[in-house]
Order: sequence, then C-alpha cells, then structure tokens
Amino acid sequence: MPRLPQTDPGITPEPIRPGIDLVINGEPYRHTGDPAMPLLWYLRDVLRLTGSKYGCDDASCGACNVLLDGKLARACALPMEKLQGSSLTTIEGLAKSDGALHPLQQAWIDEDAILCGYCQPGMLIAAADLLARKPEPSDGDIDGIGNLCRCGSHPRVRAAIKRAAATMKGARR
Amino acid sequence: MSASHDASRRRFLKVLGSASGALIVGLQLPVRADTPDALLGDVVSRLNPYVRIEPDGTIVIGARDPEVGQGIRTAEARIIAEEMDADWPRVIVLPMTLAAEDDGDGEPRWTLGHQEARGSTGVPAAWNDLRAVGASARELLIRAAAQRFGVDARTLRTQLGKVIARDGRALGYGELAAAASVLPPPNAAPALKSADEYRLLGQDAGDVDARDIVTGRQSHAIDKILGGALVAVIARCPFPGGDLSRLDADAARALKGVEQVSTIPRPNPSLPLGARPFAAGVAVLAHDTWTALRARELLKIEWKPGPLVQSDDALAASLDARFEQPPTTVVRNDGDYDHARKLSHRAVRARYRIATVAHAELEPPNCLAQVQSDRALIVAPLQNPRGALGVVQGLTGLRPSQIEIRLPRSGGGMGRTLDNDHVAEAATLAKTAKKPVKLIWTRDDAFANDAYRPFAVHELEAGLDRKNRITAWRQRIASTSRLAGRGEPRERWWLSEAHPDDPPAGLIENFQLDWFALDSALPRGNWRAGSHGVNAFAVQVFLDEIAVATKQDPLQLRLDLLGEPRQLPYRGHGGPVLDTGRLAWVLKLAADAIGWTKKRTDGHGLGLAFHFTYGGYVAHALEVSMEGTRLVIHRCVIAAHLGRVINPLGARASLVGATLDGLSTALGLRITVKDGRIAQTGFKEYPLATMAQLPRDVQTILVPSQEAPTGAYEMGLPGAAPALANAVFAATTVRVRSLPVMPELMRLL
Repeated sequence: MPRLPQTDPGITPEPIRPGIDLVINGEPYRHTGDPAMPLLWYLRDVLRLTGSKYGCDDASCGACNVLLDGKLARACALPMEKLQGSSLTTIEGLAKSDGALHPLQQAWIDEDAILCGYCQPGMLIAAADLLARKPEPSDGDIDGIGNLCRCGSHPRVRAAIKRAAATMKGARR
Repeated sequence: MSASHDASRRRFLKVLGSASGALIVGLQLPVRADTPDALLGDVVSRLNPYVRIEPDGTIVIGARDPEVGQGIRTAEARIIAEEMDADWPRVIVLPMTLAAEDDGDGEPRWTLGHQEARGSTGVPAAWNDLRAVGASARELLIRAAAQRFGVDARTLRTQLGKVIARDGRALGYGELAAAASVLPPPNAAPALKSADEYRLLGQDAGDVDARDIVTGRQSHAIDKILGGALVAVIARCPFPGGDLSRLDADAARALKGVEQVSTIPRPNPSLPLGARPFAAGVAVLAHDTWTALRARELLKIEWKPGPLVQSDDALAASLDARFEQPPTTVVRNDGDYDHARKLSHRAVRARYRIATVAHAELEPPNCLAQVQSDRALIVAPLQNPRGALGVVQGLTGLRPSQIEIRLPRSGGGMGRTLDNDHVAEAATLAKTAKKPVKLIWTRDDAFANDAYRPFAVHELEAGLDRKNRITAWRQRIASTSRLAGRGEPRERWWLSEAHPDDPPAGLIENFQLDWFALDSALPRGNWRAGSHGVNAFAVQVFLDEIAVATKQDPLQLRLDLLGEPRQLPYRGHGGPVLDTGRLAWVLKLAADAIGWTKKRTDGHGLGLAFHFTYGGYVAHALEVSMEGTRLVIHRCVIAAHLGRVINPLGARASLVGATLDGLSTALGLRITVKDGRIAQTGFKEYPLATMAQLPRDVQTILVPSQEAPTGAYEMGLPGAAPALANAVFAATTVRVRSLPVMPELMRLL
C-alpha cells in the first residue's frame, strides 16, 4: 500500500475548480477555461496534442477528426461544454499504449500514403471510424470518406484502408 | 586538368563548405568552439555539413530543402546514403535550417546551395550536389579504416554501413566515425558510383517522416511554438489595395487573455507581395488561439475599398476590344501567320476561359517569429526561405548570420508560401510585441487574401492545308502577370505567362504567340506548375478540336505534329532542349495503356493530352462517362519521362497527386469576386474533390532513363485538365472550353 502524502492538519483544502471532465486517449482531463472553446484549440493550445490539425472552422475538411465515444467527430466544431463525461481518441491515441501501431497506421506506412502529411491524421481517424462500422468496406463505403486533401493522396489512402481491413480480418480468424 | 574537372571541383568545394565550420574541404580550419558538435566531442562525429554518424552506427543525414509533400527529404537522403553505402534502416533524416553567412557587406552568402521548394528543382539540384557529399563521407570512413587495419585504402570496399578489408575484417561506420571526422577531407571530388552499383537509387522508399505522421507526432510548421509566445490573428482588409477607415477595439481589448490590439498600415504598394504584410489590417495578440479568434470577432472595423476589382465576367467582356489592340508582347513569331492563314484551306478557331483559383493548401499560412535586438527566429511553412531571410533583414536591420530560419515540414505549399507576406506580418508583430508571436491565418483569411492564379483567356486559331496539316497557328493569351507589381518592368511580364518554346512552337512553320496584359487588381501569385497548368489546357483541347473538325484521330494528329524524334531548342526552365520523340513516346504509352484503339460502345469516352513541364515529359489518358448528371472518371493513366528516377514510390506519388490536384481544380473550383471582394470564404464554397469524385484506378508508367533526374512534383498537373475535357467530349460530344469543367458542362448538357 503506498502511503498517502501527509498534509498539514486543519488547513482547508483548495476548493475543487468547476470544469469539464473528459477522457482523452485514456487519460482524465479537466477543462477549466471558456466552455465555448472548440475541442480543437483545447487539444492544440492547452494539451499540445497537435496531431489534430487545423484546416478550417466549419467541419468541412476533416483534418481535425477525432473519435468521440467511438464515433467520428470534427474537433473544430465541438465546443468543450458538450464534452462533459465523454471519451475521446485522437490520432495520438490510435496506436496502443505500448507503441504498437494500429493496422491502419501500419498500412499507411506500407502504402506510403503520406505526401505532405497534413491531412493524414484526419484521414486515419475517418478510416478507423469506417472500419469500426464496416470491417470489410467496399469502394463505395470508402468513397464516403469526405476528407479534403490537395496533394492527391486519395488512391493510396484507399489502398491503405483495404490493406488494413485485410490485416484485421486475418487477425480475427 | 580539364576545364570540366576544374568546374566540378569548384562546385564540390562550394557544396561541402559549411557555416558549421566543422570540416571544410581542402582547408584545415579548427572546429569552431561554439558549435554543439565540438562540445559533444566524439559522441557525434560530423563528416561534413550534411552527415554525422553516431557511435552506434546511426547515420543522421541533413536534408536542406523544405518539405512540402514533394518527398524531397527522402530523395536527398537516399542520394547521400547511396554514395555513402549507408545501411538505410539506420539512417535518420533531419531538416536543416537555412544556411546563411555574412558576406561582409551586410548581404547573405548561402552556404548549402539549393534551399527552396520551387519549380520541382530540388531533386535535380540534389543530384548535382549531394552525390559528392555522400562519396566524400565514404572516402573519409575508408581512410579511417585503412589506418586502423594498416592497409592501403584502395584495397578496401564498403557495404551496408561497413568498411570491409580483403582479409574479411570489417568495421562499422559507427566505430570509424570519430577517427574519420578528424581526418583532412578529400581535396578532390571522389569518384561517384556508376549506375549499376546502385542499391538504393531507383528503388522504392517510403517517406522518412511516415511513422511520425501516422502517429500524430509529426510537427508541421503550424504546430511549432515557443514558451511565452502570443497567438496573433489579423483582420485584413477584404478589399485588395484597400485600407482601414475606422476601428473600435474596446470590446476586443477588454476580453480576458488579450494582450494587444494593433493596426497594420496599408503596405507600401512598391514593395512586392512576398516582401511585406499582405494588407492593411488589425492584429489581435492573445494568450491562446481561441481568445484571439473571439477578440477578432469583437473588433468593429470599417474598411475603405481599394481600386475596383474586376470580376472574371467583366474581364471576359472586355476581351473582344482588347484583342483588337496590339498585344503587350509578341512572344514568338515564326514565318508569317497572317499570310499562311489567308492561304489556308480551312480554319479552326476557339476561345478558352480559365477561372481564377485559390491555393487552398491544407495548412493555412502561419508563422512563429521571435525578434530580439541581436537575433531573430522564424519558423513557418516556407518555399522560399531566402526570401524570408530578406524580409526579416529588411524589417529588423539584423545581419544574415543573426537570423535563424527553420524549415519545418509544411502542409502543401502549392506556391502560396513562395510569397513571404506571412513572415513579414509575424516579424512585424513580434518586433513590437517584444515576445515571440505565433501568427495563424484562418481558412477564411486564406481564401480572402490569397495570391491567386488569375483569370485568363486563350484564343487559338489554326489554318490547315488541303491534307489537313496545320500550316498556321496563333495563340493569344490574355492574363494578369505574376510579375506585375513585383518590381519587374512591363516588357518582362509575359515571362510568367507564356512559354515561347512550348509545343506546338517549332512544329508549325507559321506560328505566333501573343500575350495581352490584363489587370483585375487581384493579387496574383505562384500556383503549382505556374502558367503551364493553364496553357496546356488551351493547347491540348484545341488540338482535339482540330482533330474532330478534320475527322482525324486525336492521337495520330498529335503524333503527326510531333513528327520524327528530334531535339528542339527550349529556352526557360526545363531546357535547353525539348525532345519531340519523348513526348510522342509517353503519349503512345498512355494511349496504349488506356486502350485507345478499342472501340467504346458503353458511353465511355477517352481523352489524351501531353505537356512538357520543367524538363519532364508527361502524357495523360483518361476514361470517363456521364452517369445522369454525375461525371465519373473511371481510369487515369499517366506516362512520364523524368530522367533517372531517384525514388519511384515518391515520383509516382507526385505524378498521381498532381494529376488528382489538376482534376480536382478542373472539375469544380473557381474564385469569384462579388462587390469588390472574394465571394468564397471556405471549403463549402470551394469544394476540393473528394475520394468519391476522383478516379479509383490511376496507373503510372515511368520510362526508364539514364539521364539526370528532372524532379516530379509539378509535371503531372498540366495535362490532367485537358485530358479530362477531351474525354468528356468523347463521352458526350459536348465541348467544354472553360475551367472549371462541371458548371460549364451542366450548362451545355
């Protein structure tokens, strides 16, 4: 049993600050700033989790994709006040805590689906959401990924999703 | 000693000579005491400015050019690693900073050669410079091993990060590095490998940053920060050339977390766009991005419009009158067009219209700047770091050696960050704030304040003889020059707009190319592949129109036009010659792969195009059909001759990427002007094509070549749009003469 730290008797503890409690990549956090702050800026400015990229402010590009309670969401369009008690996965949390890559991440490397790399974290999160819903996605399912990329990485992203789906199917057997 | 050997030695010394001073080839200068390497002693052994080896054998290679998605860091490291005989899995690639010394007159002296992302020039420059860097490192390691083994260096060979003696003894580079780093460097360029010795070059290599990118650990420029930095956002005047008329910043200043609100005066119009803040504006500096954005919303601003911005429609309406007047520049005039046209048996004529487009690179402009009395630091997406250094010098009066320009990976430059207005803004703010400033452009900022690829109209007319051979050709281009307003005299403005030796120049006896200056008052900048990206559309669609009008096969017409394989002089980037045989070869490869000769009965249509861009020969073949009102691009073939390909995996990514970028832009993208300002504020009004609209089946064909590499990043773009329009015609018999294609196709169908 670890010993509890000794505190001075009779001292009033600091009041608990009101805030928004949420879990990000398995770790608990409390946001005590502006409740209207979009999740994206909380991740980037406060937590310095910069894998979620800023690309737009109207949820159109997908570069800031996160998984909110397992479902795809755009961090730029999620005010912190709506996240009390929620659990989030960002690109930094896609790999296992021991560093083992998600099959999608490995497939991205194997297909070299990189180019400038700015939109790829958001693409990966969208793909993780897709494979969670559709473990064996058709081309039409993959077409549903609406993330924007000016570099033209789309065919390699498609190939990487198919590769990861095959890997994951093999692992399930 | 031959003159060419002498020249190559001079270049070798120049390339290896370094600001770090660790080792300078041919001169034995002491290691500068203030370099971290010297402090680290033999923990890190620096063999030259680009290569250091750690005791465990890890080889750290510095990549000098900014990475914007062209794969340059991978390509440069492969070139150095090849000549070193490095074991690739043990190579780490790190970005270098801009290397500038003081020349004694307050001007910079560049000590690492090429450090920019412009015109697909990184790989050709690396091929020229960096093989010697790797070879010299290898030679030092061999000499160190020769001393250890007590044998003649000429008896040693290298393989996968080891030096191996004839008797089988071997030492790893990590064991030799400390000794090698204190040897006098070679005083002549070491012999380079022959192509049959290559183990890395010509083989596929994934991007060196791939693992960091897929795990979210990769910092792009926008992710960089310094302790104590303030976040800045700017409300810029939405009217090009306009000014601030009234400001009430009380509410913004009152917001908790706001440190400063300041005005940015209307920039001096005599300074070019890339060397000054973008526009008049009001800057908000706050402790975090969200606070800065909220405070900007609270600003009450009235703007004074600048010169009236002409819409594309207004410019188009003025063109009939404009074409009646003499051209601004006769770019090329062979034979006698007017006479030949009069004598011709028949004529074909068409006018093509190109919409204004924006950059829409996914990482918007941003810049981290720190300005102190004796030093400055810039971290930003930069394609033109030397220009950025000049901007900071001008603003601060610091010497080049006092200015550090870091080159983080950036999220697609696409030409936008060849201009350094973001650097000028951030450095200006950091100077007055006396704190580091992190400037962020929001997406609507980036749409409203871009250096656009401008509206253009191309009018083409050709005269044909009785055998339907083209005997006269005239192309008139009306556009806003990129060089206008950038300190260039009007006589030179055509240079960014028209390429005098682009085919069919030199292939038709009576050929005239005229350029007419337009002025829309919109800022105009660099956009991927420059004017090649639009000029190819007009030429390649017009060739199709001639083929259709004269009932010729579009492939055969092009092959006939290109004629016997021969070299034509080519002035400008990509020259000095253009080989017509190579254009014909890639065109035939693309046509064969798409199944050009197979009759289509399924409503599918095929389209072709070719173009010569910056030394690369590329042809496109597309297969499309209409499914209701939806245009489906079924297949795309890209055939390319790019000289020796350093990294085929990377070159294919570039070719496919530029092609899809070209298709995305051609399908539906345009910037319009409403009430003197840009109408588009976000991606919803400027919808880049997504997975669903782009072809699933994209094939690349790389022609094997022993020639020097050309680079690959932009070459895939110009042919994509005309191949699309030609395929649309084949599928629908509707001829689209405007970019973007879809609005016009829907109007005509």
